[in-house]
Amino acid sequence: MQQTRTMEMGTGLFVLLGILALFFLTTQTTGSTDFEAADTYTVTARFQNVGSLKKRAPVSMAGVTIGRVTDIAFDPKSLEAVVTFVIDSRYNEIPDDSDASILTAGLLGSQYIGLQPGGSETYLGDGSEIYMTQSAVILENLIGKFLLHGSPGSSSDESGQ
Amino acid sequence: MFRELIETFLRFLRTFGAMFLFFLRLLQYSPSVLVKRFSLVAYQVYNAGALSIIIIMVSGLFVGGVLGLQAFSNLERFNAEDATGILVGFALIKEIGPVITALLFAGRAGTALASEIGLMKATDQLSAMEMMAVDPMRYVAIPRFLGGAISMPLLTAIFTTIGLLGADLVAVELMGVDVGSYWQQLQNALDPKDVYEGIFKSVVFGLVASLLAVWEGYNCVPTAEGVGRATTRTVVITAIVVLVFNFMITAWII
Repeated sequence: MQQTRTMEMGTGLFVLLGILALFFLTTQTTGSTDFEAADTYTVTARFQNVGSLKKRAPVSMAGVTIGRVTDIAFDPKSLEAVVTFVIDSRYNEIPDDSDASILTAGLLGSQYIGLQPGGSETYLGDGSEIYMTQSAVILENLIGKFLLHGSPGSSSDESGQ
Repeated sequence: MFRELIETFLRFLRTFGAMFLFFLRLLQYSPSVLVKRFSLVAYQVYNAGALSIIIIMVSGLFVGGVLGLQAFSNLERFNAEDATGILVGFALIKEIGPVITALLFAGRAGTALASEIGLMKATDQLSAMEMMAVDPMRYVAIPRFLGGAISMPLLTAIFTTIGLLGADLVAVELMGVDVGSYWQQLQNALDPKDVYEGIFKSVVFGLVASLLAVWEGYNCVPTAEGVGRATTRTVVITAIVVLVFNFMITAWII
């Protein structure tokens, strides 16, 4: 009888610990910054280049995460990237001329969408589109521009002499 | 020479085929055993799982601790000690947790299963069961197989969690990494997919390790020497198969 009790308690403890550990791993080690909202509205924005923006990337305003990217598609007609994201319905007074830019968290961090407020009296709603966008800064392009900018400058100097 | 090589290969092929058939038979009767003989399975969960908790927890604590220490002291050179959590988390959840748990399981529970079944065979208990029209497959092999297969994911989860806490203990409490950045960076970098990958691995390793232990015991040479050899083979083969499978699963998922 004593034997059975020890066995049952041991098994119970083991299974309980195991399930708690599984729960811990699946909930506590991933995405606490996950944006959770019951009610959201969908907004789209077109970008020349989205860089390495991924689905589920945060959408933030003034540094606070207010939404999440749900879809990134390519528009074959305008040759632009169409980014669809949802914003928590609590924040329903964002001016519709706000501008969206793709920013990088830290030097090597992941990319996210930052919204800068505009001054319009009308607000973003479900299905509206942000027209003022700024593409991701691609490091290679930046370096390229820097190099390109350097060479014509020096050549014009030479022609001037 | 050439003839021997072919014979060895044929023998290997035959063993492999027999083992696969054995695995299919285990799976075939598993649902009915799980329902009808649940108490036998529960006892094996105790035997393979609950009795392994101590070694799993202590190992997890120290593996996590040393990972935290190494990650910290190397990342510190680049002023990136905040990333300790990412490194430790990825290593533990995706690779080290499932693999080391499987190796410890093979050493602690696999050997116990193999030698127990082997000794039953050596003392003719299995034949006696067959005489009494009791299928030793359902009474002996399957409960042990299921007990091991159920225990492994739980043991892996315990190992990984304790490992993360152990690394937290070393990196945060001893070395002074900020507790917020340790967990925050980990949570930001880790996808739910990564955690599922670890759980998937632990389920596969649970099936493999239990199958090999039961198979080796069930098919050992019924002598004292044979049981000893079966026990050793269980650990060796499980270790190799688990490490190879780990590589294949990672290569497949990545």
